[in-house]
Amino acid sequence: MRRTYQTAKYLCLLGWSTFVVFPFLWALSTSFKDANAVTSGATYIPWLEFEPSTKGWQSLFASGSQGINIVTPFINSTMVTLIASVISLILGTLAAYGLSRYQFRAGFVKNSDITFFFISQRIMPPIVLAIPFFLMLKEIGGLDTIAGLVLVYIALLLPIAVWVMIDFFGSIPPELDEMAMIDGCTPIGAFFRVILPNSVAGIVVAGMFCLIFGWNDFFFAFILTFTKTQLLPVAIVSLNSSVTPWWSLSAFALISVTPLALVAVVVERFMSRGSLAGAFR
Amino acid sequence: MLKPKHYFLLPALVTLAAIILFPLLFTVRVSFSSWDVYQAGLDYIGGKNYLRVFADGRFWESLMRLSSLSLITVTLQYVLGFALALAVWKEVKGQRIFRVLFLIPMMTTPVVMSVIWRTMLHESLGPTNDILSMIGIGPVPWLSSAAGAFISVIMVEVWQWTPFMFLLLLAGLVSLPKEPYLAAAIDGAGPWRTFWQVTFPLMAPVSIGAVIIRLIEASKIMDTVYVLTSGGPGTATETPSYYIYIRGLRDFQVGYSAALSLTYLVLMIITLTIIAKLLMRFLVGKEA
Repeated sequence: MRRTYQTAKYLCLLGWSTFVVFPFLWALSTSFKDANAVTSGATYIPWLEFEPSTKGWQSLFASGSQGINIVTPFINSTMVTLIASVISLILGTLAAYGLSRYQFRAGFVKNSDITFFFISQRIMPPIVLAIPFFLMLKEIGGLDTIAGLVLVYIALLLPIAVWVMIDFFGSIPPELDEMAMIDGCTPIGAFFRVILPNSVAGIVVAGMFCLIFGWNDFFFAFILTFTKTQLLPVAIVSLNSSVTPWWSLSAFALISVTPLALVAVVVERFMSRGSLAGAFR
Repeated sequence: MLKPKHYFLLPALVTLAAIILFPLLFTVRVSFSSWDVYQAGLDYIGGKNYLRVFADGRFWESLMRLSSLSLITVTLQYVLGFALALAVWKEVKGQRIFRVLFLIPMMTTPVVMSVIWRTMLHESLGPTNDILSMIGIGPVPWLSSAAGAFISVIMVEVWQWTPFMFLLLLAGLVSLPKEPYLAAAIDGAGPWRTFWQVTFPLMAPVSIGAVIIRLIEASKIMDTVYVLTSGGPGTATETPSYYIYIRGLRDFQVGYSAALSLTYLVLMIITLTIIAKLLMRFLVGKEA
């Protein structure tokens, strides 16, 4: 009885693993195909079923009309995601600390209302803000620039940083701050010298979520940029709508999802240690 | 007067308010204008746009479609995510490999993976129909039939976001207290009873949080639809976000799309609040 249960469990785990991994394996296999191999129906194993070619991978770095430029979108995506994540983390951590340690009051607005204002931004569908963002950036000359996208991405990522950090600071006892201030620290000194060094785990988790949602956003990048500042998701979608061959598409897709897929290893580590529990209450 | 506490809060508050509030107020104002591709500008036409929203069948159909789409995907994600989290919670061989593997889809860019899924669901050249033909199922028109396209969107959403449920639920399981399990073992409860009487009730708060977060994200479904089906065939997979995108950024009916956006936003806030309160009442048995 117990044996059958164990076997069934492993079969399910392996089944789901196959479902998860299959798109990546398919993309990997397709990225080494040529026109013949693609148009002759679905094949999977190189050498056995088709003769591998590296044309797809070469096309991403080739120059001229044959080439698809992946380097510039990659650099753009990296810059926008990193700058916006760092700014959001700094602002978000400070705000979350303030909200978790002090009472704010302005008329009927209390701490919980301010927290709700931050977090509720996640409910906002991107389409609601898309057109005003477009007109606003056009007004200040921020369309199709890194700076313009960073500005919009801060609005996207700041709520995530605040959300994770508020719960994290809730798990650090306030006595820690009080002791630092008895020892002669100013409130700001106490934050930087005592609290911040103890918050690395929370900041890493918040940072990872900022990276994931920044790197993977498509919609704002799609509407607010044209040709000068193309990001990876936009670049691949514009390839998809033209007659780009599957092998180049697959290679392009693999390069653009690999950096963050590696983040999964870090997330697993934090989850196993129980550091994520506090962040998700 | 600025006190030290204000130095912590104000930079973030001012930044977010500056970026969000102006566009939002602007949308409200534009929704009362006839701004379109022929005539840009802020005139005032009263509530005409909203009357048009009210009579726009295509918009209400897309909302109904979104409701069933998000209910189906979030339910599937919750059940699958919980099952997977339970399976790798206790010691199993290859535990860490499974855990990392199960997390990977949520780290990947939805539109990029949708491009890959599109090639996989290709009717004659894709592997999905190839594999199905091996077990004798004829070519399924995945993206060219209404039902096929709807199922395809659900499948890709489940693939992409079950990991998120899995992450939240496993993080919750890992931090559960040990004592209730000892008590259950002493009472001689089997695995089935232990799950329903100990694990599931203890996990109720985490479950509610996870389901609500996913419902919020699912209410914005757009990327997958854009790449996979472009809302088609016809309007079979069109979600409100995608419909507003067509009206606003393709037909450039700025005023009308603003009215659509705000109606959509208000309906989402009301619906999600009601769902959150109901879930709280049923699962935790207390007022939210």
